[in-house]
Amino acid sequence: MPVQSNPNKCISCGGCVSVCPANALELRGSDIVVDTERCIDCETCMKFCPVNALRKKQQEKGLIYPMENEE
Amino acid sequence: MTNNPLEFKENYDVIIVGAGPGGSIAARDCAERGLETLVIEKRQELGTPVRCGEGLGEAWMDIAGLEYDPTWCVKEIKGAIVFPPNEKSLKMPTENKGYIVERKIFEKRLAEQAGRKGAKYLLKTRVKHAIKEDGKVKGVVAVDDEGQEKEYRAKIVIAADGVESPTAKSIGINTVNKLIDIESGYEYEMTNINVDPEDTEYINIWIGNEIAPGGYIWAFYKSNDTANVGIGVNSVMKEKTAKEYLDEWITNNPQYFENAVITEKKGGAVPIGKPIEQPYENGFMIIGDAAHMVNPIHGGGMGIAMESARIAAKVAAEAIKQEDYSKEFLSKFAEEWWETRGKQLLEVQKVRKFVETLSDKEFNKLREILDAEGVLELTEASDFSKFLKIFKKSPKIAMKAVKAFK
Ligand SMILES: Cc1cc2nc3c(=O)[nH]c(=O)nc-3n(C[C@H](O)[C@H](O)[C@H](O)COP(=O)(O)OP(=O)(O)OC[C@H]3O[C@@H](n4cnc5c(N)ncnc54)[C@H](O)[C@@H]3O)c2cc1C
Ligand code: SF4
Ligand code: SF4
Repeated sequence: MPVQSNPNKCISCGGCVSVCPANALELRGSDIVVDTERCIDCETCMKFCPVNALRKKQQEKGLIYPMENEE
Repeated sequence: MTNNPLEFKENYDVIIVGAGPGGSIAARDCAERGLETLVIEKRQELGTPVRCGEGLGEAWMDIAGLEYDPTWCVKEIKGAIVFPPNEKSLKMPTENKGYIVERKIFEKRLAEQAGRKGAKYLLKTRVKHAIKEDGKVKGVVAVDDEGQEKEYRAKIVIAADGVESPTAKSIGINTVNKLIDIESGYEYEMTNINVDPEDTEYINIWIGNEIAPGGYIWAFYKSNDTANVGIGVNSVMKEKTAKEYLDEWITNNPQYFENAVITEKKGGAVPIGKPIEQPYENGFMIIGDAAHMVNPIHGGGMGIAMESARIAAKVAAEAIKQEDYSKEFLSKFAEEWWETRGKQLLEVQKVRKFVETLSDKEFNKLREILDAEGVLELTEASDFSKFLKIFKKSPKIAMKAVKAFK
């Protein structure tokens, strides 16, 4: 299951974006957007996050919507 | 028509992605050299949210061509106080003074300087990817504040887009940070801190594997009772989140923080691995954090970003004059940067590897062996004769140093 970010916790530091080996994350405004197609489930971003804002997505429609639904 | 601040042309000499310290210094220098310069920044307000301890040495201001400005140089700093695990602090005054800066104002002042020289700024506009045609970077595709996707073209694109580094990634340059090479940072700005006013004239640093594995805790004071209190921990060595380490430490130090009030919450990632070896392509250069150009011991990167920006701007102007935007030409940027700063950072990298192997007991021992000057020289990798001192007094620590430096 791809990751999702909890905007209540996230401090928009961009660090998860910088470590993601699959280029699946992007910081838009103050929120992290996950490209669920690209995410390879490696959890690197979760290990980095200074505030534990990332977790595995529990349900299909999470707090974060996939990139293709944007723009 | 092009002088209307709301209207932007489609073609420029240089496009700079990101308006941090690196981006705006590059913009100022490019515009000053008469280049038509566009800065594209995704934030709606420059400098926020802050991802920084906000310490800046005066020497860096000289390098960046900046003068003291009381609106952003909020407190002068005389040196550092280091607290090793046994708390026997070491005060290190230095001739090279510095400032704690207010980055939100600093970044705006930099943009103002660049703007007055003629650089254009396009805010709340996110670069999606660089345009690459026939193996050459020709511009960027960006999404503006109306959600419109637009192309902007330039002879040279400079990626100053920070640790996320999306522009370089979009053309296949691998700027992903390995977990071992990234510090996970968290920070509060706090006021009403109870501290000896004398100590606020120094940056305060606490080291130790218990409190901050592979990193340190800092208090950088903006006034006698107000400071950035933050932490950086190595993302692999840490056992809990950066925030949890910092919260625990603050709770355990009521002598400072009992009545303190938090006025800001922030954090970030510090790329402490090796800088990107070839930060250029045809029509493209990468500067600052985006190219991992940071001091890997203390994580300072503002000065280094601005220095790399100046070199990139100079090379961009030469390239445009000679109408040669090839990577062969732009490699001059990397050559000069590696010579001026990169090589030194590789040495500091070795110091980092060494320091990461030390136990808390060894930190205490090292503090006994080294004087203030020795510690400073260690963080800049400027004088290795200090290591001889370590060799004589602690063979075990010396062995670790040998391993890291071989
Ligand atoms: C917790 C912490 C503490 C630190 N403390 C210090 C310190 O005390 N002293 C010091 O010197 N350094 C410190 N640093 C490092 C310093 O903050 C960085 O090295 C410095 O900001 C790098 O400058 P830059 O211009 O390269 O990038 P940044 O300042 O990160 O600027 C990049 C800009 O690019 C923009 N951008 C990103 N993506 C896009 C896009 N797709 N489109 C358009 N714009 C985009 C961003 O919004 C941002 O404005 C610290 C870092 C952290 C995380
Ligand atoms: S690392 Fe955590 S806090 Fe930082 S941007 Fe990602 S989710 Fe947000
Ligand atoms: S789990 Fe791995 S691939 Fe997925 S977003 Fe996080 S770092 Fe990227």
